[in-house]
Amino acid sequence: MAREVKKAVDTALVDKIVAKHRTREGALLPVLREVQDSLGYLPQEALERVALGLGLSLSRVYGVATFYSLFYTRPKGRYMVRVCESAPCHVQGAQEVIDALIRELGVSFGETTPDGRFTLEKVSCLGVCGVAPAVMIEDRVYGNLTPESVVAVIQEYR
Amino acid sequence: MSFYRAHVLVCAGTNCALKGSQAVRERLVSELEGRGLGAEVKVVETGCFGLCEEGPTVVVYPEGVLYCRVTPDDVPELVEEHLLKGRRLERLIYRQPVEKAVQTVPQMDFFRGQVRVVLRNCGVIDPESIEEYIAQGGYQALGKALTEMTPADVVAELKASGLRGRGGAGFPTGLKWEFAARAKGDVKYVVCNADEGEPGTFKDRLILEGDPHSVIEGMTIAAYAVGAKKGYVYIRGEYALSIERLETALKQARKMGLLGRDIFGSGLEFDIEVRVGAGAYVCGEETALFESLEGGRGEPRLKPPYPTDVGLFGKPTVINNVETLANVAPIISHGAKWYRTLGTEGSPGTKVFTLTGDIVNEGLIEVPMGITLREVIYGIGGGIPEGRGFKMAQTGGTSGGCLPAELLDVPMDYDELAKVGSALGSGALLIMDDTHCIVDIARVFSRFFEHESCGKCVPCREGTMRLHEIMTRITTGEATPKDIENLEALARTMAAACLCPLGQAAPVPVMTTFKYFREEYDAHIKEKRCPTGTCRALASPAVSLAAGKGV
Repeated sequence: MAREVKKAVDTALVDKIVAKHRTREGALLPVLREVQDSLGYLPQEALERVALGLGLSLSRVYGVATFYSLFYTRPKGRYMVRVCESAPCHVQGAQEVIDALIRELGVSFGETTPDGRFTLEKVSCLGVCGVAPAVMIEDRVYGNLTPESVVAVIQEYR
Repeated sequence: MSFYRAHVLVCAGTNCALKGSQAVRERLVSELEGRGLGAEVKVVETGCFGLCEEGPTVVVYPEGVLYCRVTPDDVPELVEEHLLKGRRLERLIYRQPVEKAVQTVPQMDFFRGQVRVVLRNCGVIDPESIEEYIAQGGYQALGKALTEMTPADVVAELKASGLRGRGGAGFPTGLKWEFAARAKGDVKYVVCNADEGEPGTFKDRLILEGDPHSVIEGMTIAAYAVGAKKGYVYIRGEYALSIERLETALKQARKMGLLGRDIFGSGLEFDIEVRVGAGAYVCGEETALFESLEGGRGEPRLKPPYPTDVGLFGKPTVINNVETLANVAPIISHGAKWYRTLGTEGSPGTKVFTLTGDIVNEGLIEVPMGITLREVIYGIGGGIPEGRGFKMAQTGGTSGGCLPAELLDVPMDYDELAKVGSALGSGALLIMDDTHCIVDIARVFSRFFEHESCGKCVPCREGTMRLHEIMTRITTGEATPKDIENLEALARTMAAACLCPLGQAAPVPVMTTFKYFREEYDAHIKEKRCPTGTCRALASPAVSLAAGKGV
């Protein structure tokens, strides 16, 4: 699932999402999820609209947006590459897979490739430890990876 | 209802799906259609079967023959041999390590030691079919509770069963329900904690993928027992398939009147909403989960007050783990007395474990409480690959303790594991063979907690950072004996002063490795040497090149 990063924030769209959820208890997380799904990330203008729409302070909305690892307040690459570095993956050779990924993409954690195609991120656990070491690209999980096979996986997205 | 002479079960759990089970299923359907067998043989997509290492797995009933590592190209031969000619396709039949081919599922070592209560339907039914769940006795417990039992009876049965929380803390479930039932207030909630974030754990995901109705039924019984009208399932954002299956199951249950108003004509009104997390390990802590569900940062609250008095939106709340809730229906159906025939006196029932690391059968198992680590690793788990030596097992996930070979015979239940400084926790079992460096793995544990600390309380925010710093110094040869003193003082402070179990447990894995593998720490600190050659900064260049680990 590729997501296009839009230049100007479509505030009408944000307002629509807020209106859809505003009567729910604890609406902020579902709203942020949906806004991010539509815009690719959570730009400041969108957070301002969300705060206004839900009657919350911007600082509260920003605090929530930056607390969770699946929310992004900066644009990211077309494909999010999440690599697990927890113990079950680590003992199955995750470090070599991570090294291969960094070599292949030419960026380190938290960075986006110059062509805007990939953002590399480390995560705590993807919950697929039975096939460690694992990587998640957008919503797809790849398991039992080796330094060679992870490069082949990246090639599929080039 | 049409009659099929054979059923072909294809595992659609994430692990098998990763290995291509979807293509196998599609090929099976087209192959059967092509041979005119579509009306005779039914292909069923099931949840996880547990033998993830051998996936994609296919089981053919009525014989119960298990085929492993099936590829789409194997399908024509499988259909030809087994389903047309009635012969077993020997080359794909599951083989136990070193033994010969096993013919049927019950004969396997992998299943022999297992007792499936929670996983009763996983890998057996189509998780997207409420009819199949009902055909296996599903929703009978709910019917029994609503029509034959009072809420107090339900609570009493749960208390008598001795069921303890399967999320890790092991608090008696019946007692929790009783507190919530007694709490004053018209509005109460039932929350299912499906924010499974403990590294090495994926049982809740596979229960939700394989048998979502068992969790819905457990929650509805809880709602009846405590007087709640609304339930939430808080599930981590990474679990796309679990979310999808759960939503499907909820729709089916509503359509059949098993959720909504006047369930079973009893007057009970209850419905469940799914809330998706956004990536924070700490939200598995119950009060942090409430904060997140309420739309805030997932930061734990000070306890007391406990959730049964002041929980979600400030109302009395029962919050239970997925596995705990999946135990409820069998307890109500078969009774507390039956449940107590399983497991140990202090920890009745079964426990679902996820086996990861250096073990032949990686995957999901369910065994009676009190089984020893040795039985799990060398019996059901099939031992350590390539005959390598056992080094340590971490029980309970990254926040659990690490046990050496001397403790392989410790019975696994809440109390016995606590005695040796570890925990049953979420049921994650990480096995490491003797090629791994214990100090390096302890560094990885500490890195995890530094990353996942929410930052609310100082002992955790600062402590997890210092812990990681010290561990990094040890693995890079920069540590001094003073670091060991600091480590011990830090561990004591964090255990006593951190607000929630994340910080309290953070030093546990490190300190247990220190306790049981002291000589390996000494080698790193005093001799600046990594005995296994894992720590890159310490290993000599020759060693690191030979191991293929040169930078």
